[in-house]
Amino acid sequence: MIRLFGILAGLGFVVILLYSFTFGAINFIKEPPVKAVEYQFHKHPEKPGFAHEGVFGKFDRGQLQRGLKVYKEVCAACHSMNLVAFRNFEDLGYSEGQVKTIAKNWATETPSINPETGEVSSRPSLSSDQIPSPYLNDVQARAANNNALPPDLSLMTKARHDGTNYVYSLLTGYTDPPSDLPEENRPGTGLYYNAYFANLNIAMAPPLNSEGQVTYDDGTKASIDQMAKDVSAFLAWTAEPKMEARKSIGLGVIGFLIVFTFLAYLSYQNIWADLKAQKRKD
Amino acid sequence: MSFPWAKQYTPENDFMKWMDSRLPLPRMVYNAVGAGYPVPRNLNYFWNFGALAGLALVIQILTGVILAMHYAANVGVAFDSVEHIMRNVNSGWLLRYAHMNGASFFFIVVYIHIFRGLFYSSYKAPREMVWLLGLVIFLLMMATAFMGYVLPWGQMSFWGAKVITGLFSAIPLVGPALQEWLLGGFSPDNATLNRFFSLHFVLPFVIAGVIILHIWALHIPGSSNPTGIEIKGEQDTIPFHPYYTAKDGFGLGIFLIFFCILTFFMPNFLGHPDNYIPANELSTPAHIVPEWYFWPFYAILRAFTFDFLFIPAKLLGVIAMFGSILLLFFLPWLDKSPVRSGHYRPVFRKFFWFGLIPCIILLGYLGGAPAEEPYVMLSQLASAYYFAHFLIILPLISMFEKPIPLPNSITESVTGKPLESAA
Repeated sequence: MIRLFGILAGLGFVVILLYSFTFGAINFIKEPPVKAVEYQFHKHPEKPGFAHEGVFGKFDRGQLQRGLKVYKEVCAACHSMNLVAFRNFEDLGYSEGQVKTIAKNWATETPSINPETGEVSSRPSLSSDQIPSPYLNDVQARAANNNALPPDLSLMTKARHDGTNYVYSLLTGYTDPPSDLPEENRPGTGLYYNAYFANLNIAMAPPLNSEGQVTYDDGTKASIDQMAKDVSAFLAWTAEPKMEARKSIGLGVIGFLIVFTFLAYLSYQNIWADLKAQKRKD
Repeated sequence: MSFPWAKQYTPENDFMKWMDSRLPLPRMVYNAVGAGYPVPRNLNYFWNFGALAGLALVIQILTGVILAMHYAANVGVAFDSVEHIMRNVNSGWLLRYAHMNGASFFFIVVYIHIFRGLFYSSYKAPREMVWLLGLVIFLLMMATAFMGYVLPWGQMSFWGAKVITGLFSAIPLVGPALQEWLLGGFSPDNATLNRFFSLHFVLPFVIAGVIILHIWALHIPGSSNPTGIEIKGEQDTIPFHPYYTAKDGFGLGIFLIFFCILTFFMPNFLGHPDNYIPANELSTPAHIVPEWYFWPFYAILRAFTFDFLFIPAKLLGVIAMFGSILLLFFLPWLDKSPVRSGHYRPVFRKFFWFGLIPCIILLGYLGGAPAEEPYVMLSQLASAYYFAHFLIILPLISMFEKPIPLPNSITESVTGKPLESAA
């Protein structure tokens, strides 16, 4: 009885699915789906290669410091970094004193209230403060950016596929639109063509636009490519600040587990020895 | 366990004797996973996965309870509290990545455990109750995992919650009211997040309870085995401890190596980048996809694209998606073949390896793919095979198939010598 019901229910599902399939197939043949323009022109991120990639990869401290400088002098004008505090910069190789200075001299001050009057005001940042946002709120951010909201950058490299390479490619990927790009996909006012951006037209003007835009303290030549690479590495750190601890603990854990598993295997073989001896030999 | 040759527990010292006559907990453990539980001697590595699933639950509960100490279930701070765990809590990144990937590994071992049961027909009499309770655990796991994925309140959390609770709105008449009741509002919001957190915390303990019933039900007939024939004498069995505890120890090591490689070296490999973007109800992600372990069912849901007669496509999809799991509850009665093991069922075996397994893998791939052609057409064919396999092919095979002769006993199949004292 159950089997009869089962077969009937099964036939029901199969008939409905094949019915849907037939209609889908007819439509597919009649009007083959056109690949969206975004698919044709969109590019996958380039891979410039970063020191922190791979099982043994560690952040290049010099590069992170250069990246911070690019963020501070270029990106931070519009993009917030809500999840990172100044104290975290000690991980980049700065001393406590240097971090205090960075915090105090940051272009945007930390929002505060006047302790006397209670009025809204701001004060220089302390090491313990989160990095202050360049705008008071999203409305102000949109108003200043042609109604586009500059996203927070703390997690950017984890919030996109192949994020670190994506940020690098996006920053270096501004070009003139290809000549065969349809009219409706060409950048409108306030938009810029970038083949690495999902819908090809991004509201951010090319942020890195001239060599030497930033003066590096370590004498590295600040080419656009170099600045893009450095700031991408820096954003990889802001998104995953515990990466080095994770990898080094991971190596220890895997090493331990290999030894443990080997010993467990030997004890398994030992305990089963008498049984395995009885096994037939074919 | 009712086998006459099962080893009896004897308390070794006065304290254990005192304990045994008052609270025989050590006796219970001895009979459940100790030398007091006789197990077929021929279990292969596929029988490791039940214990591994139990271990995965323990990992989830331990990491989860600590994460809950630092997490805040409020839409205003949930996303940041997860990042607080990742950045400021001591070893918080480890707890969170272990919990994230632990969920995936829980599903990996449970899927292998279920497909072991399907190939060796472990669901057949007298073990139907073990199978049914296992499916209850599976459903509870899916609910728990879904609600857990909502907690970080990222883009996929929010839109996943919206889509999955939206399924209930397909039910005629009460649907929209039911969805509103589930969400505690018209769209996922603080009420939703709070109740999901509460349920996500409590359901694992319900799962633990059902696991106890699952193991209890297993211990009445005892474990099945790769030949599918019942135990006929003491020689067919070995005590669970030390034989299978040692084998499980080795299996545990292999499991942990894979688990730790993912957790420590590619922790976000199985996740979706959109969930690192805070939830935004005004911006819909380009492709809303659930976690990978739901992909086969998601593909079945989306395979229904046309209204049939007067039934809307969405309702059909919802019925089919729930039906694809509910039909497994009827498996013990759909498959009437007296032979259990796929090794001795030539036709069943071919449909299993060349039909069901590729079908599930294809459905999994399609569930993660965008809802475009040709993926939709493929998912219609694969879903049709899925239902046909369990509801039509399996019952028919069990009527017409001629099984290969079975060995006389487990001992004979292992040693080549007949069982000396057939009971």
